[in-house]
Amino acid sequence: MENLEALANEARVAIAAAEDSATLERLRVDYLGKKGHITSLLKGLADLSAEVRPSVGALINTVKQELQDLMGVRKIALDATSVSRKLEQETIDVTLPGRGQSTGGMHPVTRTIERMEDFFSAIGFEVIEGPEIEDDYHNFEALNIPAHHPARAMHDTFYVDDHTVLRTHTSPVQVRVMESQKPPLRIICPGRVYRCDSDLTHSPMFHQVEGLLIDEHSSFADLKGLIEDFLHAFFERELAVRFRPSYFPFTEPSAEVDIQCGNCAGQGCRVCSQTGWIEVMGCGMVHPKVFEFSGIDTEKFSGFAFGMGVERLAMLRYGVNDLRLFFDNDLRFLEQF
Amino acid sequence: MKFSEQWLREWVSPALSTEELAHQITMAGLEVDAIDPVAEMFSGVVVAQILSVEQHPTADKLRICQVSSGNDTVQVVCGAANARVGLKVPFAQVGAELPGNLRIARAKLRGVESHGMLCAEQELGLSEVSDGLMELAPDAPLGADLRSYLGLNDRVIEISVTPNRADCLGIAGIAREVGLLNKLAVNTPAIASAPVTTTTIFSVGVPAGECCPRYVGRVIEGVDVSRPSPVWLQERLRRCGLRSIDAVVDVTNFLLLELGQPMHAFDLGKLRGGIEVRLAAPGESIELLDGQNIALRPDTLVIADHEGPLAIAGIMGGKQSAVTASTRDIFLEAAFFAPNPLAGKARSYGLHTDSSHRFERGVDFRLQVEAMERATQMLVDIVGGEVGPIHEVVSNEHLPVRSDVTLRAARIEKVLGFAMAASEVERILFGLGLVVTATKDGWICSVPSWRFDIAIEADLLEELARVYGYNRLPVTRIRADLVIPARPEAELSLRYLRRHLSARGYREAITYSFVNPELQKVFDPEQAPVTLRNPMSTDMSVMRTSLLPGLVSAVLHNTNRQQPRVRLFETGLRFVPGSSGLRQVSTLAMVCTGQRYAESWSVLADGTDFFDLKGDLESLLVLTRQSADFAFEVCSRPAFHPGQSARLTRKGQMVGYIGTLHPTVGGDLGLDSPLYLCEIDLAVLLEGTIPACKDLSRFPEVRRDIAVVVDKSVLAAKLMEDVRGAAGTYLTDLRLFDVYTGKGIDPKRKSLALGLTFRDQSRTLSDQDVNLAVGQVIDLLEKNYNAELRN
Repeated sequence: MENLEALANEARVAIAAAEDSATLERLRVDYLGKKGHITSLLKGLADLSAEVRPSVGALINTVKQELQDLMGVRKIALDATSVSRKLEQETIDVTLPGRGQSTGGMHPVTRTIERMEDFFSAIGFEVIEGPEIEDDYHNFEALNIPAHHPARAMHDTFYVDDHTVLRTHTSPVQVRVMESQKPPLRIICPGRVYRCDSDLTHSPMFHQVEGLLIDEHSSFADLKGLIEDFLHAFFERELAVRFRPSYFPFTEPSAEVDIQCGNCAGQGCRVCSQTGWIEVMGCGMVHPKVFEFSGIDTEKFSGFAFGMGVERLAMLRYGVNDLRLFFDNDLRFLEQF
Repeated sequence: MKFSEQWLREWVSPALSTEELAHQITMAGLEVDAIDPVAEMFSGVVVAQILSVEQHPTADKLRICQVSSGNDTVQVVCGAANARVGLKVPFAQVGAELPGNLRIARAKLRGVESHGMLCAEQELGLSEVSDGLMELAPDAPLGADLRSYLGLNDRVIEISVTPNRADCLGIAGIAREVGLLNKLAVNTPAIASAPVTTTTIFSVGVPAGECCPRYVGRVIEGVDVSRPSPVWLQERLRRCGLRSIDAVVDVTNFLLLELGQPMHAFDLGKLRGGIEVRLAAPGESIELLDGQNIALRPDTLVIADHEGPLAIAGIMGGKQSAVTASTRDIFLEAAFFAPNPLAGKARSYGLHTDSSHRFERGVDFRLQVEAMERATQMLVDIVGGEVGPIHEVVSNEHLPVRSDVTLRAARIEKVLGFAMAASEVERILFGLGLVVTATKDGWICSVPSWRFDIAIEADLLEELARVYGYNRLPVTRIRADLVIPARPEAELSLRYLRRHLSARGYREAITYSFVNPELQKVFDPEQAPVTLRNPMSTDMSVMRTSLLPGLVSAVLHNTNRQQPRVRLFETGLRFVPGSSGLRQVSTLAMVCTGQRYAESWSVLADGTDFFDLKGDLESLLVLTRQSADFAFEVCSRPAFHPGQSARLTRKGQMVGYIGTLHPTVGGDLGLDSPLYLCEIDLAVLLEGTIPACKDLSRFPEVRRDIAVVVDKSVLAAKLMEDVRGAAGTYLTDLRLFDVYTGKGIDPKRKSLALGLTFRDQSRTLSDQDVNLAVGQVIDLLEKNYNAELRN
């Protein structure tokens, strides 16, 4: 039995010294395998007398059990070390930039139009688009701007021929809707418009969003409420809004809408030409003649229309100070949106 | 319109500062664009008189003047040609400060002492240029401060008058508004009839009565046009933006500015026979006051004598009959030309005058006699003359009709959103010059002759709102029935596509719809574009038939600015004329060039290629859930690489194309890297389907890979379509996972590796099932494609 104890000691030392699971496995085979030292001892029990056999057998089994346990514990320890070593080897610099396609983005004009659409869609306005090469009737006549009307001079129209123009506003879309749908109507018409004018503050092409509401009880007071709400929502701040009488052949009463200059808080600065106010849109009650052109009963229905320049609002919202940037498509500009 | 604040305040002067007044009229619809002082700042300038003039001993162009400013007399050296004894002039005393930080000090000019400076208008900032000393009126008080004598502490207010408010194109009209807004009476100057001293008349015939319903003429004989306009008149005109010409023209311009009545004066000595107001006869022409010769169209109203046209009515006078310094007798005209016949005429000749501006918009048709009387009185005061009787020709039937307009109290409430007090309604309308009669439920209003914009109830509502104040009107919120709108699920939205492309690295561009015809021709030589009649410039003169020219220009803008990598898309209309009319087609285009990925440690620095763009385009097709309907077919296109372009079809219809820019075209444009482009009709991308779910098979799939060598000319899409057809119904997926040319392959051939996946819904497929299917595929490939199976 001294032999057993010596064997056990030797095994204990070897297990504790095993540095990897392969060594441990070899020790298992050496001691506990079919031809292992402990197994051999157990096999030798048969040569012992029946009196000593049980006690010797118990001793050997105790050692066997102990060695098994030690190996198990050692294995767990070794595995843990090996996993952590592997993990250590796999460590990466997580601050390196990720891989893949860069992200693009939408043009600020689109971004602005979509915001406008969202505000108006949320209260039941439908978004409608129309042709950009438009006939004289829809662009002018049906909007109460007959030929040679002085208001036509305000429009700087691009002509294709005597009866065909590049639309100067998106109002002709409203005419087309009034021709084909019955009130009540709530629509907005975004899109490109064209005027033969180009300088620091005018582009020969720009975008408008125009709106039209027709029902049996709409009033100028409703128009004021809607426009004020919209401007507050658009700029996400409380700002002073004022309505100033103006003239459009297709609305009456007509108004220009000014907001308090955000640059100087209404004190007067270069941005607002020292007035403290910035003109942002035009609006008014639909002129009865416009209703008549579209066959809408002017006694039963009333309505209002409004129109705004998208670039102008985008410039104010995002601090763009040069109109031309919108159409240069310079990535350094586009990437800011 | 520009006007002098002082002038307005002679008519009506509310207790408001200039700024307050400007704000008030802006908020009433007369938008103030600018407020400017009438003169630059200067001080120390007084009225003085030249007592003597002597030649400077050593300088030909200088004279030595003794100048009195009342109390004392000083010596001033002066270079002006018009310096003469007795003349009253502005005198900048020693110590005076003139515009441009000029301080007047005692000086010696070529050895002669000079104690101050005699001033021209220009030196005082009163005009841009001047010729000699400013000549003041003989009765100008010696020693008076020039600023207060000329009323220079005045401001010019410039307003934008909207086309409907021609009545405010004169001081009288503006004063009417200001009076109403401030509840003040207006001091209208009393206009007395000038005493008639001769019986001379000049005959007037108006055959075109519908164009000229009222014509008022008068002869004034023996005028002295050499007498200048008084300084106050010149100043008035200057402040309102008009130059002084001579007393006769100045007086007519004064009436234009004051009452809004354009007038004209003819040199009677140059008129033959009598005046005829008629349409131009064919072949007639006229030399205008500004010197240009105009061939008249027969739709143009002219003032003629018996020999030919003297003036284009309501637009501009002719040179031949104009008043000059030697004119002795004049024929003065004040007419009402009807707006509609005149509309657009000036513009059609490339003209725009103060007169045409007013007549086109509407001049008060009852004003002519009054204006004639006022002009006569002023003229007689300045240039003298014997006054003939007023000669008036009226076509009553052609004068504008002013129908009464009914205003209902209920309508005020409905449209403006509140019930305005009856007294307020009446005060406003009365103040505007309407005659208002109350009825049971509102008012009947008769409209004054100066308002061309009040014909229906809505016009009155606007006036009420405007004068009451838009910002005092109530504010409410719209009310409407809440209805769930239709939102067809099968439709894709443009918003979704934009975000999809944006996630794939594309930036949205917006380019002009008009492009350079030369560049467009490169991309679309066959299609004649819509051409603009009046383009901004030649390179923006045709409407795009494709979005690509614009996008390519946008790429160039960026590559020329050292951007190595550009991926852009745009959506918008392209304009395609055709036999069945103009089509305005909603279109999407994409372009990319440069590196596939932004430069990074983790990716190869590979140039992007055709298949990057194609993959992006295919990803859009997948969104429609109908990508099987689409096919790419080899094609050739102008400006595209002949071996790298494809048309995109949907159910056989061409809906777009994709390709590489032809290297020669790219080189000509200045592109260093290949550019990939595609364009597709947007409509086909917005049409999707609603998902219809199929059961998932519980049985395993079997995958078999085969590689075949075929001729290089074999098109992969066709081969795969045939493979799909031959593989039978168990085939659930077919992948082309390798294309190989090179070592080990005949140089005219290529190797394609296909992965076929089989599965059945109802059972596990046997080897036999799969072998049969693969065998059919191989048979087909060998037979139709002369394919060799690779090991």
